[in-house]
Amino acid sequence: MASMNSLAALLTHPAIWRGTQLGRVATPSLPSGFPRLDAELPGGGWPTAALTEILPQHDGIGELRILGHALAELSARGRWLAWIAPPYLPYAPALQAMGIDLDRVLCIKTRSPRETLWAIEQALRSRVCGAVLAWPDRISYAELRRLQLAAEGNAGLAVIFRAPRYERDTTPAALRLSLQTHAGDLAVRILKRRGSVLANPILLRPSQIVRRKKPKPHHVVDRPQFSMPAARIAAANTNAI
Amino acid sequence: MSLSAACALAPNLNYRQRDPEAEAAALDRLAIWAGRYTPSVSLQPPSGLLLEVEGSLALLGGIKRILESIRHDLAEMGYTCMLGCAPTASAAWLLARGGSRKIVPCKRMIASEISPLPVAALDCSHKTLETLRAVGVQSIGGLLKLPRDGVARRFGQDLLDQIDRAMGKLPEARRFHIPPSSFAAELELGADVTHVEALLFAAKRLLIQMAGYLGSRCAGIHRYTLTLVHEGAPPTRMQIELVAPTREAAQFITLVRDRLAASALIAPVQAMRIEAGEILALAGDTRDLFQEQTGVSGDWETLVNRLCARLGKHAVQGLSPRAEHRPEHAWRAMPPGARAGTAPRAPRPLWLLEQPRPLKEAASRPHYQDGPLALIAGPERIESGWWDGADIKRDYFIAETTTHSTLWIYRERLQAGGWYLHGIFG
Repeated sequence: MASMNSLAALLTHPAIWRGTQLGRVATPSLPSGFPRLDAELPGGGWPTAALTEILPQHDGIGELRILGHALAELSARGRWLAWIAPPYLPYAPALQAMGIDLDRVLCIKTRSPRETLWAIEQALRSRVCGAVLAWPDRISYAELRRLQLAAEGNAGLAVIFRAPRYERDTTPAALRLSLQTHAGDLAVRILKRRGSVLANPILLRPSQIVRRKKPKPHHVVDRPQFSMPAARIAAANTNAI
Repeated sequence: MSLSAACALAPNLNYRQRDPEAEAAALDRLAIWAGRYTPSVSLQPPSGLLLEVEGSLALLGGIKRILESIRHDLAEMGYTCMLGCAPTASAAWLLARGGSRKIVPCKRMIASEISPLPVAALDCSHKTLETLRAVGVQSIGGLLKLPRDGVARRFGQDLLDQIDRAMGKLPEARRFHIPPSSFAAELELGADVTHVEALLFAAKRLLIQMAGYLGSRCAGIHRYTLTLVHEGAPPTRMQIELVAPTREAAQFITLVRDRLAASALIAPVQAMRIEAGEILALAGDTRDLFQEQTGVSGDWETLVNRLCARLGKHAVQGLSPRAEHRPEHAWRAMPPGARAGTAPRAPRPLWLLEQPRPLKEAASRPHYQDGPLALIAGPERIESGWWDGADIKRDYFIAETTTHSTLWIYRERLQAGGWYLHGIFG
C-alpha cells in the first residue's frame, strides 16, 4: 500500500508526462468560450506565446467566431489585435457586435508574401499585440519556425489561417485545428496539440456559433417624399382643377 | 615631425589635411546634440564642450548615468572623448585635458585633484611649457608651490588665472551656445558608399544629433527627410513619417533601417542630409505609477511607425463603424488608435466583400460555388442613399451553402436585378 502511495506521488511529479494526458503549458491560456473545446486544449484554452494554425474547410463556417470570445477579452484588456493580409474586409459593425473594442484593431494590408511575413514577425516581436491574426498566401516550414520563435516572446495569440490542403504538412505550430462542418455543426478536429492525440472531432453546436433565433428584420427605406419638384406637382394640381 | 618623415617611417600612412572649418562645424553640431543634457552648453574651441549639468542631475538619474550616456552617444556618432567632471567649468576642462577620470564632488577637493595633472593640461604656449620643464615643474601642484608673483612675472598672469578659475577663486563668464530654430545636418561620406549598412552607420550619427537637438527643445517631430546625394544622378529623397511625434533616436534609426532595406540605391552615395520636419512641443515621458508588469512591453506607436515605413502610410488602418444604413458605407478606415464610434446592432457578417460578387441564379434560387443557397433569415430591406447618387435598393438575406458556410447575400431591386454575395459570416 505504501508503495502504491509513493507511485501515485511519483506520477504527480511535473517532469513525468503520461501518454494519455494533455501537455502542460507554462503560459496562461485564453478560454475560447466553448467549454467542450477548452476541455481538449492544453491549459484550457487558446495557447498564448505559441503559434496556432487554423485550417477552415470553407470561408464562413465559423473560423472567426470561434476566436470571438478571446478577441473580445483581449481588446477589453487594452491589447492590440492585428489583422494581417485578411482575405476580405473585417467588417467594423460586426466586430463591434462581437464585443471587440475597435480602438484596438490594426488592419494591415501587404503587397507580397514577403511583406506579410515581415509584418507578422514585427507584430509578434513588438509585444503590443494581444492577438496577431494572419492570412499568408503560402508559408514554408522554416518561415513558420521563425514565426513560432517570435510568438514565444509575445504574451498573446498568434493565429495563422491556412488552406485545408496543408492539413498533412508538418509544422512547428503548437496547436493545429481543422474546421469542417458536420450535419450543421462545426466540427473542430485537433490535428496537433501538446500532449496526447485526439482522434475524434469536437462538435460545437451551431447555437453556440450563430444564434439561430430569427433576427427581427428592421427595414430601412429612405425615399424622397416627392418624386417630382414641388412646383411641378402644384402646377399639375391646378391644371386638374 | 614633417609629413615626408612620417611617410618614410610608415609607408602605408593614410593622412588627411586638417580642416579647421569642418572641426568647428562638428563641434557646433555636438553642442546642439549636448542640449539634451542641459540648456547651458558652452563651446571650448577647438575641441571642447562644457556642459553645466548640475540642474539636470535629478532629471537624468545622476552623474554616472549622464557620463555613461554621453560616452555611449559619442561613440555611436564616431567620436572619442575624454570626460572631466567638477564643480567649476575650468576644473572639469583641466581634468578632461589631463586625462583624469575622477568625478570631483565639491569645491574643496578641486585643489587636490588638479595638483597631480601635468602642466600641459593648462592652456599655455609651447615655450612656457619648455621653461616650466627646465625648472623642474611637471605638475600643476608643482607650479602652485612656486611663488605667485614670480610665476606671474615670468609666465604671465593668465596661467595663474586659469588655475584660480578652476579652483573657484575667480569668477568665470561663459557664453552659452544657442541652438538653431530648426534642424538640418549633412554628412560627407569619405568614399562612395553602396552598402546599406554603411549608410545606416552614417545616418545613425545624424539621427542621434537630431534626437539630442529635439531633447534640448523639449520637442518632437512626426516627419523627417533623409536625402542621399549621388554622383551623376539626382538625389534620392525619403520622407519618413511617424504616427505620433517622438524624439527617440532608436526609433528614428529603426525607421531609416527599414526604409533603406526596402529601397534599392540608384547610385553610390556621396553625402547624406537629414532635415527635421515641423518641430512640435512634446512633454517628457511620464511613467504610470502602477504600470502593469504582465510582460507587455514596447509601444504600439513604434510598431505602427515601422509597419507604415515599410508598407506605406495607408497600409495600416484602424476601423470604425459609421451611422449609415448602406452596408458599404457603414464603416470607415481610421488612423490607428483613433476612437471608434458605435453602430446600431443588426446581424452583420464579420467579413465584407469590397465589391459585391454576382451569384448565379437557377430555378429562381441563388447559387454559390455550384450549390443552391438556403435562405435562413431575411429579407431585410435597405433602400437608402438617394441624396448622393449612390443609392441602393436591396433585400438582404442570410443564406447557408450546402457546406454550411453562412453568407450575407442580397437581391438587387434596381432595374438590373440579380443576386449578389456581399459578406461572409466568418
